[in-house]
Amino acid sequence: MKTYQQHEQSRQDREEMDRKQSNRGDIKSAGPDVESTSPSAPQPEIPRLLFGDLWDYDPAPESTEPFPIEKRYEHFIGGKFVSGEDYFPSINPATEEILFEVPAAGQKVVDQAVAAARSAHQRYWKELSGAERGKYIYRIGRMIQERSRELAVLETQDNGKPIKETRDVDVPLAAAHFLYHAGWADKLDYAFPGAKVSSLGVAAQVIPWNFPLLMAAWKIAPALATGNTVVLKPAETTPLTAVMLAKIVQEADLPPGVVNIIHGAGETGSNLVQHPDVNKVAFTGSTEVGKLIQKSLAGSGKKLTLELGGKGANIVFEDAPLDQAVEGIISGIFFNQGQVCCAGSRLLVQESILEPVLSRLRNRMASLRVGDPLDKNTDVGAINSRAQLEKITSLVQAGEKEGATMVQLSCPLPEKGFFFRPTYFTDVAQSHRIAQEEIFGPVLTIQTFRTPEEAVQKANNTFYGLSAGIWSDKGSKLFKVAGALRAGVVWGNTYNKFDPGSPFGGYKESGFGREGGLHGLLSYVEVK
Amino acid sequence: MSSYTLPALSPVDEVAVVGRAQSFTKRSIKKDSKAAALRLIVSMIDLTTLEGMDTEAKVKRLCRKGVTPLLDADLPSVAAICVYPPMVRVAKETLAGSGVKVASVATAFPSGQTFLNLRVEEVRQTVEAGADEIDMVINRGAFLSGDYSRVFDEIVAVKEACKEAHLKVILETGELGTYEQVRKASFLAMDAGADFIKTSTGKLASAATLPVTLVMLEAIREYFLATGRVVGMKPAGGIKTAKQAWHYLVMVKETLGDDWLHADRFRIGASSLLNDVLMQWRRKDTGRYQSGVYFSED
Amino acid sequence: MAAKSTRSKAGSESKARATVAKTYKLYVGGAFIRSESGRVMAVKSGDTFVANCARASRKDFRDAVKVARGALSSWSGKTAFNRSQILYRAAEMLEDRRAVFVDRLQSHAGFNEAAAEREVSVSVDRLFWYAGWADKFTQVLGGVNPVAMPFFNFTLPEPTGVVAVLASSTSPLAGLISAIAPVLAGGNTCVVLTDHDAPTIPCDFGEVLATSDFPGGVVNLLTGSRSELLPHVASHMDVNAVALFGGSKEERVLLETEAAENVKRVRCFDDPPVADWASSDHQSPYWIESFVEWKTAWHPVGL
Repeated sequence: MKTYQQHEQSRQDREEMDRKQSNRGDIKSAGPDVESTSPSAPQPEIPRLLFGDLWDYDPAPESTEPFPIEKRYEHFIGGKFVSGEDYFPSINPATEEILFEVPAAGQKVVDQAVAAARSAHQRYWKELSGAERGKYIYRIGRMIQERSRELAVLETQDNGKPIKETRDVDVPLAAAHFLYHAGWADKLDYAFPGAKVSSLGVAAQVIPWNFPLLMAAWKIAPALATGNTVVLKPAETTPLTAVMLAKIVQEADLPPGVVNIIHGAGETGSNLVQHPDVNKVAFTGSTEVGKLIQKSLAGSGKKLTLELGGKGANIVFEDAPLDQAVEGIISGIFFNQGQVCCAGSRLLVQESILEPVLSRLRNRMASLRVGDPLDKNTDVGAINSRAQLEKITSLVQAGEKEGATMVQLSCPLPEKGFFFRPTYFTDVAQSHRIAQEEIFGPVLTIQTFRTPEEAVQKANNTFYGLSAGIWSDKGSKLFKVAGALRAGVVWGNTYNKFDPGSPFGGYKESGFGREGGLHGLLSYVEVK
Repeated sequence: MSSYTLPALSPVDEVAVVGRAQSFTKRSIKKDSKAAALRLIVSMIDLTTLEGMDTEAKVKRLCRKGVTPLLDADLPSVAAICVYPPMVRVAKETLAGSGVKVASVATAFPSGQTFLNLRVEEVRQTVEAGADEIDMVINRGAFLSGDYSRVFDEIVAVKEACKEAHLKVILETGELGTYEQVRKASFLAMDAGADFIKTSTGKLASAATLPVTLVMLEAIREYFLATGRVVGMKPAGGIKTAKQAWHYLVMVKETLGDDWLHADRFRIGASSLLNDVLMQWRRKDTGRYQSGVYFSED
Repeated sequence: MAAKSTRSKAGSESKARATVAKTYKLYVGGAFIRSESGRVMAVKSGDTFVANCARASRKDFRDAVKVARGALSSWSGKTAFNRSQILYRAAEMLEDRRAVFVDRLQSHAGFNEAAAEREVSVSVDRLFWYAGWADKFTQVLGGVNPVAMPFFNFTLPEPTGVVAVLASSTSPLAGLISAIAPVLAGGNTCVVLTDHDAPTIPCDFGEVLATSDFPGGVVNLLTGSRSELLPHVASHMDVNAVALFGGSKEERVLLETEAAENVKRVRCFDDPPVADWASSDHQSPYWIESFVEWKTAWHPVGL
């Protein structure tokens, strides 16, 4: 009998031939709809795995029935829900149905909200002891936990991300952010040695649609802990959980005006951050808009933090735990449909292990379940909006046009809704658009490197600098490479892990300032 | 004596393996898919009694239960009855014509601590007594001291003594210390000719877990893709509930695919699991949550 | 005591001998160079001509950024202890030249003797203070984060990169050092523009740096006009951060507007009257923090 080692070389040769034959391919044994090669007529020389429906999971949709959505929601200003004008719809991206509508805040509403925040800061929040502030923040965290199922179900409908993510990631982390920061509120004197810190005043916060509730938590919790009051504007496509958070804030009986939430699109955000009575601006979103905000605040003296785009390199060395690295590749790019600023969208694989990695990746992708986000077994849900889907589609087309080789999961997609198949590209050059631009979708580019130096050079060859992953079993190598990468978050042998105590933020054009942890507090205080 | 060298293997990261294994438990198994899972689970069970107090009567009862787990239920028989060598003959007689296999733990189970010639002879006699499958233990002492050739040679010798009987090689993962050792032992056992690799004897507190089974399934996958040789997997010990068992099925489905969702390639070594599956089955048919008093304990 | 001015008039000290006049140059890449533009500014003390000082052009700035970028890896790659030692060395060198600076501050910058002495003392002490921080601020401001997963998670500062410093126009030495010491302690390299009536003082300070074991290009000193160079500082795509001392509202607007093009970190500091630089308000480990990027790394803890 041949041993594993003796087989290994001939297998690699076969796979290489196989790969060359199907230059542009689908993942064959991917879904129940795809015809697999019949067992009686296999290509005997190439063992294959069949990921079919011999035993399959029944649909397991999470019930929406206990959590009805109203037809219309309002701004939350000064502790009250106040109606507005110019109502616009928010749709469920998985069904394209209208879920509800919210008003778009014009200048008047922005003024009102900032005035409410200012007054709350002056009258209550600034005067309140840290210990008391902490208890309010704690209430919010606990109430998020209590209503976690509702928040998960609503978030999934408004955003399109799978219920398993909202249930296991977004909502618990949002609660954890409030609980973590609650404890800081009365300990700020110990946070920054030798310094006296004070609150800034009114924080204007503009957040994206990819983690609606979680981003709201990332913004509001540290702001409140440090004694600021806030006006938050959620993204126009995902205002629902922000409204729920407003209800929680109301039920938690926070002093009116400490948290204000207004709706609207870019213009509202722009009016908010430029409001003269705002002291602090925190923005998470695209680099393009981040730059506009930075420009618009020039000379204003407002403290600004920006958490912008990324093009994270996920580097797999030949001494990596390969089976686990593949999990990291998958979560790096398909978590939240790849709509993650810190996504590991550029896979850099050491040349010697490209084939073993690709083979594992194909088999792993074949078991991904794409579809109804409310189904508890869905791994990849809907893209948040038609506009985003179109952007992904056009970049993928550019990738094909520029000569990269595309491999796509050949699973069935729902007839309605904005879905995109998990995709990767090989034969990618650093100069390709898909290797440079943030796609913000389930699209991975795969490149190879020969030495650690080359890996670092490729990883750093971008104006972004948010995140990176390194896969190696060798600790000394991992720490050396981590030190050389110009990125604010470096995951060793893991990817896309978040914790309220772990500071998050970018280098270069990925922004400045940190969110989370001790260092996140710095973004919301004046240090004297 | 051979001089066996372990292949160069990629390492294993414990934290990531545990995380991935945990993800399989998040699959929601309902309705038809649950019914199918219950049937699959029953068909994959190596229904086991390995007690000092085992008697022929006990083994006979277990065999009958294995052939017909639940009266008037559309359920298959279990895959095999797993007993100590002296019980093989009676099991074989009782199971005749049922299609249920007789498996036996030979090789000085569970420690494996006796002379190789005695272990080989035990296997030879057990097969002669009618065992269809032999569950052997590896020489953990030799493995941990780095004497891989010895472990390899012993498995080869046992495999030879098995003749037509299938060989399941128990790694006793609870004694190997790390997932990397489990991965090494898996490749070693497969290289030496194992038809199945099996986690545990069931005699240790630390028996089959999802992560350790995942590491072994991934080894099987890698081995299959490289050599084309099919190796089966048997987690044993600690799998007591139907829900636990379908977590394993999910893992098999998503790691090795449809071809391994069969008793030829996947077994679960268990004793109390069967009744929990039967209770779930009744619950499915009647809509009532069940009590243990309605299910025979053989 | 050294001569009262660089170009002492014949006869003021010795009838027999004229002093050798010093040429005040830019300090770029570890070398003393003239402006590529060939321009100089006349430095006067009252009505008396003192010296010509190079007036940096936008191309000089561009060249300086290039060498600062080139020097970044060697400076940030040093151990924190080593950076600290070099900053201490600079303090030693400055102390050693105390007499020269006390003299120059009086003859070129119009300080009285007491003020000049104080300016030098503050400068030496400030360098010494930041030298000590270079290998400590990581411990004080960094940290290990107790995440709720089996990971070793820590946050460490790394230099932002190339920092452009638009230094004090009130204090030619203490203000200058207060600006660049935290930038250097953080591991950054810098291009400093001083727009001061006595630009010869920063030029002299270049000689301190040149003898302090800094790799060439870590600190680059330009003298010239802030209003002329500000737009080029603000818009340079390879400058990672800008430290602005003083400056008008218009300058801040211009700087911050252009800086957004590559998301520069812009830090604005007061430029107090010269006597106030002695205050400990103008030194802080949080000034070092202004020019670092926090990197958070995760590493699993498992078998």
